[in-house]
Amino acid sequence: MGPIYIMWLRQLKRYSRSRARMIGSLGQPLIFLLAFGFGFGNIYQKAGGGDYLQFLAPGVIAMAVLFTAIFSGIEIIWDRQFGFLKETLVAPVSRFSIMLGRTLGGATVALLQGTIVFLIALCFGFRPSLAAVPLALLFMFLIALLFTALGTALASQLNDMQSFPLIMNFLVMPLFFFSGAIFPLKGVNGVLTIVASCNPLAYGVDGLRASFGGESFYGMGVDMLVLSAFCAFFLGLGSWLFSKIQI
Amino acid sequence: MKNAIIEVKKLTKKFGDFTAVNDISFSVAKGEIFGFLGPNGAGKTTSIKMLTTLLKPTSGTILLDGHNTVSAQDDVRASFGIVFQDQSLDDELTAAENMEFHGVLYKVPAALRKQRTEELLKIVELWDRRNDLVKQFSGGMKRRLEIARGLLHHPKILFLDEPTVGLDPQTRNHIWNYILDLNKKEGVTVFFTTHYMEEADRVASQVTIVDHGKIIAQGTPKELKKKAKAKTLEDAFIKLTGKKLRDEDASDLESLRNQKKMWRR
Ligand SMILES: Nc1ncnc2c1ncn2[C@@H]1O[C@H](COP(=O)(O)OP(=O)(O)OP(=O)(O)O)[C@@H](O)[C@H]1O
Ligand SMILES: [Mg+2]
Repeated sequence: MGPIYIMWLRQLKRYSRSRARMIGSLGQPLIFLLAFGFGFGNIYQKAGGGDYLQFLAPGVIAMAVLFTAIFSGIEIIWDRQFGFLKETLVAPVSRFSIMLGRTLGGATVALLQGTIVFLIALCFGFRPSLAAVPLALLFMFLIALLFTALGTALASQLNDMQSFPLIMNFLVMPLFFFSGAIFPLKGVNGVLTIVASCNPLAYGVDGLRASFGGESFYGMGVDMLVLSAFCAFFLGLGSWLFSKIQI
Repeated sequence: MKNAIIEVKKLTKKFGDFTAVNDISFSVAKGEIFGFLGPNGAGKTTSIKMLTTLLKPTSGTILLDGHNTVSAQDDVRASFGIVFQDQSLDDELTAAENMEFHGVLYKVPAALRKQRTEELLKIVELWDRRNDLVKQFSGGMKRRLEIARGLLHHPKILFLDEPTVGLDPQTRNHIWNYILDLNKKEGVTVFFTTHYMEEADRVASQVTIVDHGKIIAQGTPKELKKKAKAKTLEDAFIKLTGKKLRDEDASDLESLRNQKKMWRR
């Protein structure tokens, strides 16, 4: 049993013990499924888009993964305030392993959260081709890993939670809304497609949708490639910034 | 110094314009029990943070077991253990899980981990509560767990930043006996701070007194008492620093700080 595993395990234990957090972070995806899925369904269909829920569900699953992942990463701020971070920072283990372990843990939690939303979407009438679930899980995990690492990178630069609203409103929300999660990128204003093409989540949503049998915008291979590259970059950045933390 | 395990040269730490540690140099010999004393705000914790790689010095160098704390952090971290002044437990985990976590990070073999966890949790009287979440513990219980965890692996150098603050005399005794035993049997070098002067007098083989980030006296407790013409180390301390030690104030401050943290959550 190694340091990476124990860091991973800690994240999972914290998650499983905080029922409120688990349920709380399901609220937003649920609202999106209900309000958008049923609210826009009619218009979307009349506009010739087909069944909106089939389109929206992967986007909302990605949203659940995104939010949980960012939040898991940002949790380092709490560890810093409650002092536990010190315990991990002085351990005779490379800071890269510490960061990797906790990022894998956070990503696993985000993956679980995404899976719950997936199951809920099934109840609402989402009908993907189930053969593609393993591929979808892979995409979900990549999204989870990428944004946990991003959260870690951000949190290692912050001392308290005061910048949290800033991060939510100016980073997480735009990432979500400009990703093609709730509207198709095909045929929208050119500026928006350019914005989306710089957004790692756009490739995540696209890949996820494609693996569930939906239409892909970038092509699944491109999605996988770009997502993996972003993922590697943020893991590198996150662990570098994490290794520089002083207390 | 020959066979010095800690060597500090011209160590300085500035926070903006404020100099918390001001050009101090000292060394600690292997196997020593080194008391680092000083009034509140003297710069003790800041020094320990630099010694343990948590903080980069503004200038000066530190060698721990021959390794530089800035350029060879991984080697340095492999050579020490520490009990921090303020909380560093995960309170969403149980006492046993906190011990387990530490043992794995410090690569203590599983069997030894189990055996020591039991021994140490019994010493600090938390064995019966080992499966309770730490957030349900009282302040003193958390402190005891913190110390037990710090002693789970046996490092070359053990840093203890006011380890026994707020503990009852009996527990303090048990803990110090365990540490002294460790020092004697395994040659662990102990670097500690405390506000209890009789404690320092009893256990320390060497004492350094700091104030305002500067070293103002060094020697064995006996030498310091002689130098200050005082009967107790406490009196010597007061004469040398011109200050009264107020550990009550310190613990008040600490509880205030913790309360503030609670509110922020
Ligand atoms: N991060 C920081 N930013 C600014 N000032 C700091 C910081 N950390 C410590 N200080 C200041 O450095 C000085 C020394 O603090 P330190 O915590 O080292 O004192 P100490 O000797 O451990 O005191 P105590 O006995 O109360 O624990 C204090 O004046 C403190 O306000
Ligand atoms: Mg201190």
